[in-house]
Amino acid sequence: MAGTKHKTPLLDDLKEGKWPSFVKELERAAQKSPRTDDLIGLLEKSYRDHIPHWKHGGMAGVKGYGAGIVGRFSDSPEDFPGTQEYHTARINQIEGFFYTSDVLRKLADICDEHAGGLFNFHGSTGDIQILGFKQKEAEELFQKCAQLGFDLGGSGSALRTPSCCVGPARCEWANYDTLHVTDNLTREFQNEMHRPTFNYKFKIKCAGCPNDCIASGARSDLSIVGVWKDNIRIDQDQVAEYAKKFDIKKYVVDKCPTHCMDYTDDKLTIDDSNCVKCMHCINSMPKALRPGLQKGAQIRIGAKVPMVQGPRLGFILVPFYDINKDKEEDYTFLKDLIQKIWDFWDEYGTSRERIGELIQRVGVGNFLEAIELEPLPEMVEHPRANPFIKFEEYLVADEEEESKEG
Amino acid sequence: MPDVDKGTVRITDIGPPNYENFLPPIIKKNYGKWLYHEILKPGVMVHVSETKDKLYTVRVGSTRIVSSDFVRDISNLADKYCNGYLRFTTRNNLEFLLDKEENIEPLIKEVQALGFPVGGMDHSLGNIVHTQGWLHCHTSASDASGVVKALMDEFYDYFVGDKLPAKVRMAFACCLNMCGSVGASDIAIVGMHRRPPTVMADRVKDLCEIPSTIAACPVDAVRPKTINGKPSVEIDEDRCVFCGNCYTVCPALPIADPLNDGLAIFVGGKVANARTKPTFSKLAVPWLPNNPPRWPEVIEAVRTILEAYKDGARRGERVSEWIERIGWPKFFKITGFEFTKYHIDDFRLGEATMNYSNYARL
Repeated sequence: MAGTKHKTPLLDDLKEGKWPSFVKELERAAQKSPRTDDLIGLLEKSYRDHIPHWKHGGMAGVKGYGAGIVGRFSDSPEDFPGTQEYHTARINQIEGFFYTSDVLRKLADICDEHAGGLFNFHGSTGDIQILGFKQKEAEELFQKCAQLGFDLGGSGSALRTPSCCVGPARCEWANYDTLHVTDNLTREFQNEMHRPTFNYKFKIKCAGCPNDCIASGARSDLSIVGVWKDNIRIDQDQVAEYAKKFDIKKYVVDKCPTHCMDYTDDKLTIDDSNCVKCMHCINSMPKALRPGLQKGAQIRIGAKVPMVQGPRLGFILVPFYDINKDKEEDYTFLKDLIQKIWDFWDEYGTSRERIGELIQRVGVGNFLEAIELEPLPEMVEHPRANPFIKFEEYLVADEEEESKEG
Repeated sequence: MPDVDKGTVRITDIGPPNYENFLPPIIKKNYGKWLYHEILKPGVMVHVSETKDKLYTVRVGSTRIVSSDFVRDISNLADKYCNGYLRFTTRNNLEFLLDKEENIEPLIKEVQALGFPVGGMDHSLGNIVHTQGWLHCHTSASDASGVVKALMDEFYDYFVGDKLPAKVRMAFACCLNMCGSVGASDIAIVGMHRRPPTVMADRVKDLCEIPSTIAACPVDAVRPKTINGKPSVEIDEDRCVFCGNCYTVCPALPIADPLNDGLAIFVGGKVANARTKPTFSKLAVPWLPNNPPRWPEVIEAVRTILEAYKDGARRGERVSEWIERIGWPKFFKITGFEFTKYHIDDFRLGEATMNYSNYARL
């Protein structure tokens, strides 16, 4: 028996249709949770009024942490008392989003017992979200999750839970172990995630190849993307198999952004020195082409959404480094780099200024000097065209020098 | 830290569970050894390892917001077909990982009997990633789950099929905070405000830090002003771009407006590097009304884009590549969307988007 005690003619319409209905999910949860029943009533009110009915502000959290719990207080507690407090807990996902039925059932039990029986699998950043608990329930919910092995994620002006693509667990294109890096960094930076001390949020995402299935380059301040340095591995027999299925010249060779491929006399050749590792040819013929053997990662920096100063994509900060060797050294290079970036951000950033906005404000050159990286042509689309150069040195004539000293 | 009162040890700072304990044995065995994959049919693929092992993946669309009983349902399926393992994708799909090919069809039957679609691979419309919307967020200019449900009902066949020119990634954000990677999608739908915030003058001093409120504005539209003897702020309506930044830091500047909150549609973004560089989506339709529960105006606009793309794009072309090839003027001509002054970027660096040439397809 589904249904809600509230009259919800607008939401009822969304129970119809072929795609799974979130309203049905809400109602399933409401069967066990009166507060979720009120959540449905509150949402119907928004559907009538065309505005959200959540108040801005109000604190919720657990002892010793300043992050991980997002407080939600409705503006209509008299009509929907269950929504007076209906908070969210961000719970660290398992890297690669792998779960067992056993752990999922235990999470479901915790969510029924201590919250509104509702989850997001997953929130936009990657955390599991448990919805619908009151402040007084937060500690027990947190500790129950912790006993199961799950810690809280980031929120507010803190490091957000790093996340990654499926990586080498189920993808032939992973150029480094995205799950391992993400797990390692998450453990290393527990304090930065749980206790907000930053100017604003900071996101780290790990993608195994330039297909970037985790969308790191569009939304993470630090984006680590797997790439190879040497030659694409070609299996000519498999190329011949693909040639039976489609026109290799038209669909693969001609679409190469740097025209570094050739297909003549049934043989595919690649000028790898001119390859920008876009992945198109490998995506098109996965049985015939594979990334090279010298695998590593690129680092891009500064991606963010419109808030505050407009959206930005990440630009190349490190064109290639051997992250697989760095793994053996516990990611020393990566952690040092992150620390230098944070130190600079801490020193010069203003309130709510993301790292990309700070870099824009102070200039990329100054930022590179501060984090001790050399400027490289790979970082830019092209060199500057305008001549307003802020030279930091000039020559002086000998007599000038003498008179100064004199 | 020990909790003295209860005589228990409080667990903190443990990080996530170790992922290695949650990988199916076939994945543990073949970790990093995968050779290639093939898509067997929409929503089903096989990965083949150096060890000759084969792993079958069945991808299932879900709603992102799910009940605890849903979690139990999928756990039962995982027990029955996948030795108790399953995973989610970055686009809120479920993936069942099978080591036996003969389990594929029975699993699909059971998944479909529960009302869940199999698909979202290859040249399909992927599951729409989205935010919380009216359901659970105070800054939202629209609902998220509702618009997404209405869209996916309408374009269901594109999810379960593979008949589009290339993959289409659609995303929805209920305000300009754009939780998720919304702004770099083939089709991005974004909740927009259209009127400046209301200043609750008598509450600003109590609820807000005035200097940080002023600093939050990207266009210097928030200024200090004493109102009725109390320190407060005023909004320069000529400057305001309705971004909602000030409301984010100051609850006394509510911006939600039932008449003027609505949705904009941006097109031609991508995050993959394949063939062309990652790029943001660009404005197609500046504003459409909130019309719950089915948002018909949004559905129509998206249908127009999808149909024009389906008719016009060459095989393998993402939306961005198709528009790049035919040119934006033709995009507006084909779709019938009006090109207005709002489409010309006048924000910081916006001038860089002008056409500094004689290039025009006349």
